[in-house]
Amino acid sequence: MEPIVATTVSVIAAATPLLLAANGELVAEKAGVLNLGVEGMMLVGAVSGFAVALTTGSASLGILAAALAGGVLALLFGLLTLGLMANQVATGLALTIFGVGVSSLVGAGYVGTPVARLPRLDLPGLSDLPVVGPLLFGHDALVYLSVAMVALTAWFLHRTRGGMILRACGENDEAAHALGYPVIAVRFGAVVFGGVTSGLAGAFLSLSYTPMWAEGMTAGRGWIALALVVFASWRPWRLLIGAYLFGGVTILQLHAQGLGLFAVPSQVLSMLPYLATILVLTLIATGSGRGRLDAPACLGKPFHPPA
Amino acid sequence: MLRIEARPEPSRTMQLATPFLAVALTVVSGAVLFALLGRDPVVSLHAFFVTPISSLYGLGELALKATPLILIGIGLAAGFRANVWNIGAEGQLVLGAICGGGVALWFWEVDAPWVFPLMVVAAVAGGMVWAAIPAFLKTRLEVNEILVSLMLTYVAVLLLSTLVYGPWKDPEGFNFPQSRMFGEAALMAPILDGTRLHAGILVALAVALAAWLWQARTLSGFALKVVGLAPAAARFAGFRRHRAVWSTLLLGGGLAGLAGLFEVAGPIGQLVPEVSPGYGFTGIIVAFLGRLHPFGVVLAGFLVALSYIGGEVAQIEAGLPQAVTGVFQGMLLFFLLATDFLIRYRLRRVPRRRAAEGG
Repeated sequence: MEPIVATTVSVIAAATPLLLAANGELVAEKAGVLNLGVEGMMLVGAVSGFAVALTTGSASLGILAAALAGGVLALLFGLLTLGLMANQVATGLALTIFGVGVSSLVGAGYVGTPVARLPRLDLPGLSDLPVVGPLLFGHDALVYLSVAMVALTAWFLHRTRGGMILRACGENDEAAHALGYPVIAVRFGAVVFGGVTSGLAGAFLSLSYTPMWAEGMTAGRGWIALALVVFASWRPWRLLIGAYLFGGVTILQLHAQGLGLFAVPSQVLSMLPYLATILVLTLIATGSGRGRLDAPACLGKPFHPPA
Repeated sequence: MLRIEARPEPSRTMQLATPFLAVALTVVSGAVLFALLGRDPVVSLHAFFVTPISSLYGLGELALKATPLILIGIGLAAGFRANVWNIGAEGQLVLGAICGGGVALWFWEVDAPWVFPLMVVAAVAGGMVWAAIPAFLKTRLEVNEILVSLMLTYVAVLLLSTLVYGPWKDPEGFNFPQSRMFGEAALMAPILDGTRLHAGILVALAVALAAWLWQARTLSGFALKVVGLAPAAARFAGFRRHRAVWSTLLLGGGLAGLAGLFEVAGPIGQLVPEVSPGYGFTGIIVAFLGRLHPFGVVLAGFLVALSYIGGEVAQIEAGLPQAVTGVFQGMLLFFLLATDFLIRYRLRRVPRRRAAEGG
C-alpha cells in the first residue's frame, strides 16, 4: 500500500502545474482567444515566484509575484491581439520566445540556489490517517487551488450569466457584440485570467515540484497544457482527468527510469509524455466524439468591433 | 486628437517600413534594458551590434549563423503564407543532423567524394520524415500541426541525446557525450580564409532565389498564397489545401534538415547533445521579419544572426548575460507584430472640436 500511496501523491504533484495552466487556457479559449504563450508565461511565473520567495523569504509573496508576472505577460498579449488585432498564433509564439529569454535573464543569478518548499497544509490528526491522510491532506495550497479552480471554472462557465456571456464571445463574437456585450473586455479578462493561472503553474514548479530555478524548467509543460485543452474538448472536468492521466505517465516513466525496469536508455522513457500527447491528440481526432468539433467557433479569429 | 481609422486597403509602404520601425524600437528598448542592468547603454549597444561585424572573422560568423536562419525562415515562411503552422523546425533540424551525421559516422573511414552528397540526401530526408508526421496527421485527421510538430522537437532532441550518450559515443572520447569527429570527406571546408564560413551560405541564397521563382512565377506557388489568404476562393479554384499542407511541411522539414547538416558538418564537425541554439524557433521570427518573402527572409536572417553573435560578444566584452539575445529576439517580434497594425490602420489628426462632435 505504501508505495502506491507515495506514487499517487507524486502523480498529484506532476498533474498540478498542467491543471493550473490548462484551466486558464481553457477559459481564454472559451472566450475565443488562442494564447500559445502558456510556456512563456509559466517560465516567467516560475522565475518571478522563485526570486521573490527567495529574497523576501515569503512563499505567499512569491506566489503573488508569479501570478502578477503571468498576468502582465497576458496583458501584453491582449494589447497586441485584442487592441492591435495582431495574429494570435504569431503573438503567442512571440510571447513564448520572449518569456524564455526574460526568465533566463532574470534567473541567471539564481541557478543552483535552493529555496524553501511551499509549506504543506497539514490538518492535525487528518494528515496522519493511513492512506487517506497523505492522499487527501498535507498538500500545499496550490494543489488544492488547482482542483478548486476547475470546479469554479465549470460552475462559472455553465451555471452563471457571466459564463454564458464569455462563451457567447467565443462562439459568435458578432452576435455577442450586437447584443451589447463588451467582447473585447470579456476576452481581455479571460486572457489575463489565463496568464495568472499560468504564472501560478510556474510558481508551483519552482517552489514546490522542484524547489529551485533552472533554465527552461517547464520542459514543454505549457504546450502539453494546450494539448490537454483539446483533449478535454474544452470541458473543465475532463481537464482534471487529462491532467492526472498525464501526471501518471510522467511519474510512471520516472519510476521506470529509477528502477531500470526496461532495458532502454533513460532518454527514450523521457520521450513518453511528448509521444503520449501526440497519441492523445490523434485518438481524440479519430474518436467518435470528434473532439475538435467542440472547439469554440471563433477560436483564434480577431474581432473588429464595427464602428 | 489622434484617431484610429481603417485604411481602404493595406499599405504597401507600411508593409516595408514596419520591420525597420520594429528594429529601431528594439534597439531603443535594448538601450533601456542595458541601463536597467546597470551597464552603459552606448558601450553595450556597440558591443552588441557593431563590434561583432567590424572584422572579417566577425562577418564570416554572421553569414555562418545566418545560413540556418535563412534556410529555416524560407521553409517556414512558405508554410505561414498558406496558414500552415510548422513550429517544429528545431526538431526537423535535429533530425537532419542525426541522419546526415549518421551517414558521416557510418562511412567514417571512407574518404570518397560521394560521402558528402549522401549526407545531404539523408539530412533532407530526415527533416522531411519528421515534418511528414504532422502533415499526415493534419491532412488525415485534422490534428493540430502546431502541437504535433512542437512535441516532436522534444522527441528529436532526446533521440539525439540517446545516440551521443549511447551507441554513437566516441570510443576514444574519454566518455564525453559526443560522437567521433567526422572524417575529411564529411566536413565542409571554409570558403574564406581567416573565417569559419562554409558553402552553406551560397546554398541558402540559391534556395531563396528558387523559392522566390516558385512563389512568384509558378501556379503552385500562387495556389499556396490563395489557400492561405482566401480558403474559399482556393477551393473554388481547385487548389487543394492538403497539397499546401504537405508541400510546405516537407519543404520546411527538408530545409531545416539541411540546416542541421550544415551545422554538424560545418562549425561543429561532430554530433553533440546540443547542435542548435534554437535556430528552429528563431526562424519563426526571421520568417515574419522578412515579410514571409524569400528576399526579405535573407535580410532578416542576417539581422537576427547579429543578435546571436552580439549576445556572445556582449557577454565577453561587457559581461552581459547571454540570455539578452533571447530577450532581444522576443522584443523584435513583439514590436513587429505591434507596428504591423499600421499596415491596416492609420492614425489621423482630427481637430479637437470635430473630434468631440464626431466622438
